[in-house]
Amino acid sequence: MNGELLRDLVPAVIGVLVRRGADFASAEDAVQDALVDAVRGWPANPPRDPRGWLITVAWRRFLDAARADTSRRRREVRVEGEPVPGPVEAVDDTLQLYFLCAHPCLTPASSVALTLRAVGGLTTRQIARAYLVPEATMAQRISRAKRTVSGVRLNQPGAVATVLRVLYLVFNEGYSGDVDLAAEAIRLTRQLAARIDDEEVAGLLALMLLHHARRPARTSPDGRLVPLAEQDRSRWDRHLIAEGVEVLQQALARDRLGEFQTQAAIAALHADARTVEETDWRQIVEWYDELVRRTDSPVARLNRAVALGEADGPRTGLAALAGLDPALPRYAAVAAYLHERAGDPVTAARRYAEAARSAPSLPERDHLMRQAARLNSQPRS
Amino acid sequence: MAKYLLLKHYRGGPAPTVDWAPMDQWTPDEVDAHLRFMHDFGARLEETGELVDAQALSPDGAFVRYDGEGRPPVTDGPFVETKDLIAGWYIIDVESWDRAVELAGELSAAPGPGGRPIHEWLEVRPFHGVPAAVPE
Repeated sequence: MNGELLRDLVPAVIGVLVRRGADFASAEDAVQDALVDAVRGWPANPPRDPRGWLITVAWRRFLDAARADTSRRRREVRVEGEPVPGPVEAVDDTLQLYFLCAHPCLTPASSVALTLRAVGGLTTRQIARAYLVPEATMAQRISRAKRTVSGVRLNQPGAVATVLRVLYLVFNEGYSGDVDLAAEAIRLTRQLAARIDDEEVAGLLALMLLHHARRPARTSPDGRLVPLAEQDRSRWDRHLIAEGVEVLQQALARDRLGEFQTQAAIAALHADARTVEETDWRQIVEWYDELVRRTDSPVARLNRAVALGEADGPRTGLAALAGLDPALPRYAAVAAYLHERAGDPVTAARRYAEAARSAPSLPERDHLMRQAARLNSQPRS
Repeated sequence: MAKYLLLKHYRGGPAPTVDWAPMDQWTPDEVDAHLRFMHDFGARLEETGELVDAQALSPDGAFVRYDGEGRPPVTDGPFVETKDLIAGWYIIDVESWDRAVELAGELSAAPGPGGRPIHEWLEVRPFHGVPAAVPE
């Protein structure tokens, strides 16, 4: 059994422990301990029933911890002895854990960390590495988050929208350490989509699949950023695209449009174009109109200006840009791009250099700096 | 082993030996060569087991200070053109001060316009270490 399959079992096992009387924080710790045992013992001695094994070992770990902790003596009395068989699974424990870990009382960073541990089954060390913070810091963030939700009952329905925001945050973090957070976000969103019938869950899954499909083409072998227009489209993962499009179409057919479905539709239109020239910018603008109507997000407006520049020419794009706040992230980069297309390389070069200064990442900064250098070293008439 | 900070500045420090144009005025190939050098420098330190951390800073930001009970902090920014401005750092863990200086010298030879070394001034600063188990 590989690590991912093992981690698939984590939320359900936590749920079983909680229904047997463990509190969430202790149950979660006990399951992490059991995971460590599994990683050590299973290669030599694989269990016939991995889920049953994990429940038994985690429960034993929980009892050991409860006994060792004298301040928990009262509860120890309550949980001592043979485990009470839980009721037949009327509620989906895994689903409840998604809601708990994305509870509105948590900050986004805490929700992300707790989701990756309790639903994703990652270790604190892995999560710390993925977010480039010391392990002690991440451990602290997780235990504070567990304390914050300690009063929340696990059987209350939560809001799907908050769960989706957390999963989207995980996906966007990409891959910086030894854990591929984008792939992990897809796994968790798939697992969620299998449990809940919701168009926006499908929309988010489609969005992730469609973006993930382009990942191999997004950086060159030497680590440079390759913009969409210059990507080698033969390196896009056609299987992921086909899956993303299918998931999206099924969601759209139900006619309950939402933000993630809209974003996925834009991604699907890009994925659908075999060359950059084939891109249906007209339709993309329409979807951005929809997105702006739904979210009123300045970022959506900025992206709409780019699409408009492609559909109706750079001057129209620049006119759309004029109404936006110049402090928006990537505003200068968009302005630079549109100015170059409009035949003004001097302004474009200045805006690219400006964009490089405030770039959100190093690969992006380097890319923008190259654009400025390219324009500045062109012979000018 | 001892830890040192190699500090890069956007501006400030001793007068530059060569006054290079800003990077956006270089040719794309010169930019590439410079970026590749920086990347390789970090990779090489990792291979030798001497790299602790490398980070780059945006030139944006501000100075911030306390302004008394119940008042929001005072900010002073953006940074004025004449002031010293940190661009980023490498933290290295090396055998000696001499090794730290040697590495800073190599980093300062990063290529600029025409592929010539930029001779950039780097600030090398020892960390206060942890107390030794056996006091001398």
